[in-house]
Amino acid sequence: MSTIALLTITGVGLGALYFLVAAGLSLIWGLMRVLNFAHGAFFTVAAYGGWVAATAVPGNLWLQWLVGLLVAVLSGALFATLTEVVLIRPLYARPVGQVLVTVGLALATVALVQGGFGNDPKTLTLPAWMNATTAVLGADIPNTRWIVIGAALLVLGLLLFFLRRTRYGLIVRAGVENRAMVEALGIDVQRAFTLVFAIGGAAAGLAGWLAGAYYGTIDPVRGSAMLIFAFIVVVIGGLGSVVGSAIAAVVVGILQQYLNFYGAAGVGDFAVVLLLAGVLLIRPGGFAGAAA
Amino acid sequence: MTRVVRIVLLAALGVLLIALPWLNVPLPVVFDAPLNAPGTLNLLGLCFVFGALALTYDLVFGYVGLLSFGHALYFTVGVYVTAIALNRWHLPLAGAIAVTALAGILLPLVLGAICLRMRDIPFAMVTLAFAEAGSILVMQNPGGLTGGEEGLALGADVLPAGLIGVANTHNLYWIALGALILTSFVAWWAVNSSAGHVWQAIRENERRVGVLGLNPYLYKLGAFVLAGFLASCAGIVYLLLQGGANPEVTTSSFTLALLVMVVLGGVGTLWGAVLGGIVYEYLDFRLVGLANNTTVANLPALLRVPLSEPLFLLGTLFIILVLFVPGGLAGAVRRVRRA
Repeated sequence: MSTIALLTITGVGLGALYFLVAAGLSLIWGLMRVLNFAHGAFFTVAAYGGWVAATAVPGNLWLQWLVGLLVAVLSGALFATLTEVVLIRPLYARPVGQVLVTVGLALATVALVQGGFGNDPKTLTLPAWMNATTAVLGADIPNTRWIVIGAALLVLGLLLFFLRRTRYGLIVRAGVENRAMVEALGIDVQRAFTLVFAIGGAAAGLAGWLAGAYYGTIDPVRGSAMLIFAFIVVVIGGLGSVVGSAIAAVVVGILQQYLNFYGAAGVGDFAVVLLLAGVLLIRPGGFAGAAA
Repeated sequence: MTRVVRIVLLAALGVLLIALPWLNVPLPVVFDAPLNAPGTLNLLGLCFVFGALALTYDLVFGYVGLLSFGHALYFTVGVYVTAIALNRWHLPLAGAIAVTALAGILLPLVLGAICLRMRDIPFAMVTLAFAEAGSILVMQNPGGLTGGEEGLALGADVLPAGLIGVANTHNLYWIALGALILTSFVAWWAVNSSAGHVWQAIRENERRVGVLGLNPYLYKLGAFVLAGFLASCAGIVYLLLQGGANPEVTTSSFTLALLVMVVLGGVGTLWGAVLGGIVYEYLDFRLVGLANNTTVANLPALLRVPLSEPLFLLGTLFIILVLFVPGGLAGAVRRVRRA
């Protein structure tokens, strides 16, 4: 029983990280039809931004961690906004060009981080409570798992509020449904594009910082690995759907944890890929279709 | 330029490249060592392999319009199946190549049949996922077959004597050159065949091809398998040149690098893709040297760090090309000629 509790909660925690990366990817794809390969770069840059800020703050570990969190989220949002304005916007007429610049940006950014900070993982000094565990059903669950899960639930709630209850959310949802029609009604969709990139970047930045707590370290290449599983989550959950991404993220996270534990290492990762192939063969559009 | 002049020029270039191992000519700045030094020949051989590989990717991406993110997988098949057959199953080189060729046809056939049920971005993602599965498989080292992260160095006794040792680099160079020429001929023949015309029609308007009574799925699958097979062949040559398999070629960033090569050279042109592959590999190799250059090493960190990361420079160059030079090198040449 304790093993099952541990695997499930760890799996949900992993799923929470996937969701934070996937939510932005899914909205960006749904609204703009841009497959954003730079999303992993947002994750990495934010993690290192947070690390630099946190190490500059003296004293209290909680304060350090929270400053790191804030800086990570802000730098993720800023980097994503700049990406949209400087690189994506000039290429609205060339969809393949948009994918290509994000590929170039991903390669260049990871290389730059490797050059600036080295290939080795950086260890984060976490507050004592995060290094401790809480007993649930006989299993000692690391406290970082609760933080990751809580943050993902909060982001899910905020995103749904934004999409369903605000004017810009309405524009985004309508844009996912039919962009040409929204434009025809005289609404400036471009601003929504930038906004969606900023939100996606902030969520990816949060994921980058939380992954540091989840794994205890940050490194330059985790973002790319996350990105691939986030892509899988987005496709399984249905392109453009936030709730679909959330459900798919949890399913993928739990499946991966269980199979990596009970099968050989790597079996879980492998199974997730097969799951994707299976889902696409049965339902080429993924499991959910609509926005939000 | 008339057709005759072009053929004569190409033939002259071919003769020059074949004769290269006999030319003890230094080319300062371009190469550190004379042209016929083993280091230079090995680098050129790698450039040819990547030229051929970029060409095979251009077949699916440039000519059929299939944005596959899994092309590295078929190159991986060429590298790893050959290495495993030689090292672990102790097959002779010819046997290992036969096994690899079979795998290089079957794998793209099966995976292509699945992936091509999707289009556009879902297709891109599912090919990416399969390539990632291949990468995980290699990294996990099942049964000690692939050597995991450490890769798989070829044993000294598994290859014919003429392919081993620094002194025999010129043989490998000729093999790589031959592979590039052969791949180019097959690709040229394929895109100019009637199937090749259908591929380009699918790229422009797939539904219309269907309306004309042709089955786009089968044509796409044909292109996918041909490109996968040729990529596996390039993988075999790469293995011989490197003397071993390294897991770097399995990763998704390697597929992204292929994309960079093709876009750098020019999507949808054969010679552009070859040139892109050659230029990319050359820059990737030479830019590492830049990091050790004393001028660069003495720069302040703000300039030194970016300049010592080849992938940063290549990624930035790529972004600039996509933004300002659509059509890559081939497109630029075409525009200069027209002006």
